[in-house]
Parts: sequence; structure tokens; C-alpha cells
Amino acid sequence: MKIIRYIIQKEFRQIFRNKGMLPIIFVLPLLQLIILSNAATYEVKNIQFSYIDHNQSSSSRALIEKFEASTYFQVTERFSSMKAASTAMLKGDVDVILEIPQHFERELHRDQKTDLGITIDAIDGAAAGVTSVYINQILFSYNKNIRSKLLQNNTDRTQLVNISSIPSFWYNETLNYKTFMVPGILVLLVTMITLFLAAMNIVREKEIGTLEQINVTPIKKHQFIIGKLFPFWVIGMGLLTIGLIIAKIIFNVPMLGSLPLMYAYTSIYILVILGMGLFISNFTDTQQQAMFIAWFFMVIFILMSGLFTPIESMPGWAQLLTEFNPIKYFVEVMRMLMLKGASFYDILPQFTKTLVYALIMNGLAVWSYKKTS
Amino acid sequence: MKRFLGFVKKEFFHIFRDRRSLFILFGMPVAQILLFGFAITNEINNVDIAILDHSKDATTKEIIQKIDASNYFSIQQFLDRETDIETIFKKGKVKAVLTFEKDFSSKLVRDNNASVQIITDATDPNTANTISNYVNSILQHYQAEQNKDIQLPYQIIPQTRMAYNPELKSVFMFVPGVMTIILMLVSAMMTSISITREKEQGTMEILLVSPLNPFQVIIGKVVPYIFLSVINAIIIVLLSIYVFEMPVHGSLILLGFESVLFIVTSLALGILISTIAATQQTAMMISLMGLMLPVILLSGFIFPISSMPAPLQVISHIVPAKWFIIIIKGIMLKGVDLTYVWKETLILLGMTLFFIGLSVKKYKTRLE
Repeated sequence: MKIIRYIIQKEFRQIFRNKGMLPIIFVLPLLQLIILSNAATYEVKNIQFSYIDHNQSSSSRALIEKFEASTYFQVTERFSSMKAASTAMLKGDVDVILEIPQHFERELHRDQKTDLGITIDAIDGAAAGVTSVYINQILFSYNKNIRSKLLQNNTDRTQLVNISSIPSFWYNETLNYKTFMVPGILVLLVTMITLFLAAMNIVREKEIGTLEQINVTPIKKHQFIIGKLFPFWVIGMGLLTIGLIIAKIIFNVPMLGSLPLMYAYTSIYILVILGMGLFISNFTDTQQQAMFIAWFFMVIFILMSGLFTPIESMPGWAQLLTEFNPIKYFVEVMRMLMLKGASFYDILPQFTKTLVYALIMNGLAVWSYKKTS
Repeated sequence: MKRFLGFVKKEFFHIFRDRRSLFILFGMPVAQILLFGFAITNEINNVDIAILDHSKDATTKEIIQKIDASNYFSIQQFLDRETDIETIFKKGKVKAVLTFEKDFSSKLVRDNNASVQIITDATDPNTANTISNYVNSILQHYQAEQNKDIQLPYQIIPQTRMAYNPELKSVFMFVPGVMTIILMLVSAMMTSISITREKEQGTMEILLVSPLNPFQVIIGKVVPYIFLSVINAIIIVLLSIYVFEMPVHGSLILLGFESVLFIVTSLALGILISTIAATQQTAMMISLMGLMLPVILLSGFIFPISSMPAPLQVISHIVPAKWFIIIIKGIMLKGVDLTYVWKETLILLGMTLFFIGLSVKKYKTRLE
């Protein structure tokens, strides 16, 4: 016990002595939490809208006014030809081109129907889909207005079957993205810091040659590992705490669930990550290799965690892979606890899986760590 | 010049000797782009939903069948009570519950009006909103079928064309993004580490007293990595063309030129990091912690920049990856030439010069 305490003391001193590292460990993640949580939104706003009006009638002008009034669209430019409009889209200046045909008003009144050309820059397919929904909503309401104006005494309409749908958004009525993203990004930052630090730490001693010096001392394997990893566990928990305070004060994220439960889960979760870091450092010779491997897994864990893109939409084999992703569980648990106020029983599956993961990972790490080279 | 070539050769030997790093260097980007190209999508399909049907009549059955038949939803459960909703939402699997009111069918016949409540778990606002939209469109479709005998007067029919990506494939978004992340991180990380490593091991001193001038030392260190990154870029482009069927509408030569430019920008950033960092550990933490999330989030790779708050849009201008993503999407998907992307190209060029200039200024030829 005394030996472990000395190693821990040494590690802490080494961490706090390195003035270059301190801001990276403590300031950078929190800064990112504050700034980047604002960036992660799928909302589609400020759509650059342009149009070509071949008709120039009161009807076509009224239609453009509808788009001008919408908060989603910014009517930027009016083009005289499709060619000029296409060039602007190629440049990326406009997202939508609305082309009003020459006989728009006449066709609408006489033929009872008319076409309207809409071109959407669809490279971002998801955003294009949303844009298309917004456009259709505006057209639909415009169409309805015209119809009721032209048919003052309409008797047909009462015969239409109408199913009205009432959406209700639970846990987050205003569809605020930040309450969704802040817990997730906090998870990433805690994970990144602990994984990178742990993966580099022992391999660094190997590379500099000081590991051999430690190996010839009477320090036992488990003492060394615990002493090495405990400081990072403390740092991880500390980051979580500061992050939670920021989430509460700056982003006003609800915290419905129990805090002790959150800490209990996190303390096990960080063990998984530390075990993984140790495992990586056992199988590499240089810090460079360790970093590459840690980076590789980190990118995969982040992008397949369900944080930014939904897991349910992935193909079956990919969903199976996410079962091995610790970040996925942590993100789920944090969101369930903070936003829904889940109980221990609700997060039991994630809790058990993480616990098993921690046991296996640390078992492997300790087993593969050898005092002799 | 001969001395310089000798130095470059030595650097190549260093890299090729370390088989494991080399394997990681080429194997990982390939594995990642394959994995992500197939797995990541921000489309929403197969969402688990539950039904709470208070009327259980012919109409609601028909609508439920339509919903189950769509690719978007898979019905997991039928609930009996309102209170069950809270319980299954807390479990987290089911994302939405559709509630049909009592006497749905008869209301629809008698009043021509009945209502469905779409209750979504909005902890994920994006999914919640999309689910709500999809259900609405299925309902609208159903109504249109019921109303098909009645001819609506004065119809405006939108003819929507999805330019550059008619099938709305999300691969078109993700492959350029993943390619950018890989090139950026690998290049910046490799150079920053390789230079700080010499510092940390004390061999930098030996290089500095050699007849090579410091500028040649830095260039000599970077050249092999340009070479490796270009190979990486070629592999990624080939994969995106042949595996993901990404089109290259523009010129391949321009694409190559722009990729080299971006690689040089990233390497220059790596050099800059190495002049600041004293140890490999610091260099790696800066390039990983400092670059990974900003590059993923502020480059327009996943989230549209135009929807972000104004200050973040300004910050996104200093992320080189943002400009490169605009350029490769332009060349590959829109088929534009240099006249359309010269501005972005100049910005990348400017950034590169800035990084190099700053590194030269900060570079110490003496050890303290």
C-alpha cells in the first residue's frame, strides 16, 4: 500500500510539473465543451434561396414573399436565367433555386394546375431532405390560400377526410440540441484525455528506458499498474465534475437522474478506458505507435457511438460492432440519466456490460504486462 | 543538394524500418474509410416505435399496417395504457409512440376528422423531428388515397430536382469528410511527433551542428511524409471511386493538386506544433486533443456550418479542413474547375505559408 502511494505521488508530481501539458489536460477539453457543443446541430437554417421569375405576376410575387417571410430561408438573389442560377449553385452561393414558369398565373387559373421547378443542392442529402420538406410546407399553405381565395363558396372541402396529427416532444419540448449534445461531448472529452494519457504513459517509460529501472526494483506488477493508472482515473473523474458544472451553469442541461449513480457508472467506465490504454501500451514500442492505435480506436469509437449519427440506421453488422464500443454505453447512460432521469434498473444492461468489459479489459492488460522484456 | 538527399534517404530508412508504424499508417485509413463509408449515415430508418391504439378498429389497423410496411419504422410493441409510455422511453430503445384516439374510425366517418398523437422521445431532437415528419407524410399519403376521388382545384405541383445527389446518399457527405480527417490528423500528427522525437532523444542537437541548415533539416523531415500521405490520398480516392461509387466529375489532376496542397498545409501545421511542444507527449496531445474534435465538428463534415451560431461560423474559417471539404466536394460531385474553387485554394495556400512562416520564426537553432 505504501509503495502504491509513492508511485501515485511520483506520477502526480510528473503530471503537474509538465507545464506544457496542464492546459491541454484541463483547459482545452473544457474550452471545447463550451464551444463545440454549439456546433453540433442538425437543424437546417439560413438556407440560401434564389429564384427565377419568368412570370412576374402578382401570384408569383406573392409566392416569393412567402419565402421571404419564412425564417428558414434567406432570399439572396434573383436570377434572369437558369444558367446564371446554376453557376451560383456550382460556386456554392445558393442552396435552392425556384423557377417560376412563364405562364404560372394563367395556367393556375385556367388549367387548374401548374408546375413549379425546384432545384436543391443535395450533396448533404439529409439537409436537402429537410429543405425540401420546408419548401413543400410553404407551397402547401400558399396553395391552400389561393384555393380558398378562388373558391369563395366551396362545398367540396367538407367532404375531405382529414387526419390531424399532434406531435409532442417529450423530455425536450423545444428540440434544443445542446441538451442532447453536451452530455455526449463531455463523454468524448473524458474518454479522449484518459485514453491518450494512459496509452502514452507506460510506453514513454519504455522508450526513454526508465521502465527497466522500475522493473529491477521490488515493486510488484499490480502495485506498478495501480500506481500508474490511478492518477488518470482521478483526472477523468475531475474532468467529469467540472464538465457537469459547466453543463449545468452554461448550458442549463437538466440533471434529472441521480448523481451518485452517474459517478458510480463513470468510475467503472474509466477503468475500461484505462485498461484499454494499458493494453495498447503493452503491445507497442514507441509513443508514436501507441498514439496511432489510440487515435484509430478513438475515431471509430466516436463516429460509431450514436453521438452524431443514429446507430439504428447502421447496417446490422455495424450495429453488432457498436456493442464493443464503450463510448456508446457511456453516451447512452449519460443521456438517460441526465435528460430522462433513468433509474438504476433502467441502465442495468449498460451497467453490466461496462462492468464485464472493465473486467475483461483489465484482465487482458494485466496479463499481457510483463516485467521482463 | 547531395547532403540534403542523403538526409532525406535517412528519414525514409527510419520510417520503413518501423514496420509496425508503417502498417498502422496505411492499414488504418483503409480500414476506417471502409468502415465509415458503409456504416455511418444520418438517414433515419428502422426506428423502433410502439403503438397505443385506443380504438382498435379497421382504419387504425390499416394505418398501422402502412406504418409497419415502411422502411422507416419497425413496430416493437403494442401498449395498453398511457403510463406505459414513460416506462418504455426510460428503457431507451423505443423512440416514439403513436396514440390513436378512441372511436377513430367512426369519428373519421362522422366528422371527417380524427387525430393521432405522435409522442417522440426528443432527447435526440433530430430523430424526434424526423420521425414526426415521416409519420406525417405516411398519414398524408393515406388521406390522399382516401380522397382520391375528389379532384382538387388549383393545384401547384412542385417538380423537385435534387442536384448532384439525386438519391440523397449520405456517402457523398461522409467519404470526403473521413478522407479529410484522415489526411489532416495523420499528416499533422506524424510530422509533429517525428520532430519532437529528435528533440526529446537529444538527436536534434546532432542535426543542428551538421552542415545542413535548419531549413533543410525541416524540409528533409517533411518530404518522406508528403510521399506517404500522397499514397494514402491515392488509396482513399481509389476506394471512394471503386467501392463507394463516388463520381469524379471534375479533373483528377486538379483533385491531386489540391490534395497535395492540403497535405502540405497539414504537415506545416504539424511542424508548427512541434516547434511549440517540448516532448512527444505534448505534441501528440495537441494534435489529437486540439485537432480531432474541431476537425470533426467545425469542418462541415457532419453538421452544416450555415446552421451554426455566427461566432462559430467565424471560427470555422480557421479550420483548414473546412476549405478542403468544399474543394473536394466541388471537384468530385459538382465537377467544377479551378475558376470555382480558386478562393478556397488561395486560403489553404495562405494558411500553409502562415504556418511555415510562424514555425521558422519560432524555430530555435540553439538549445537552451
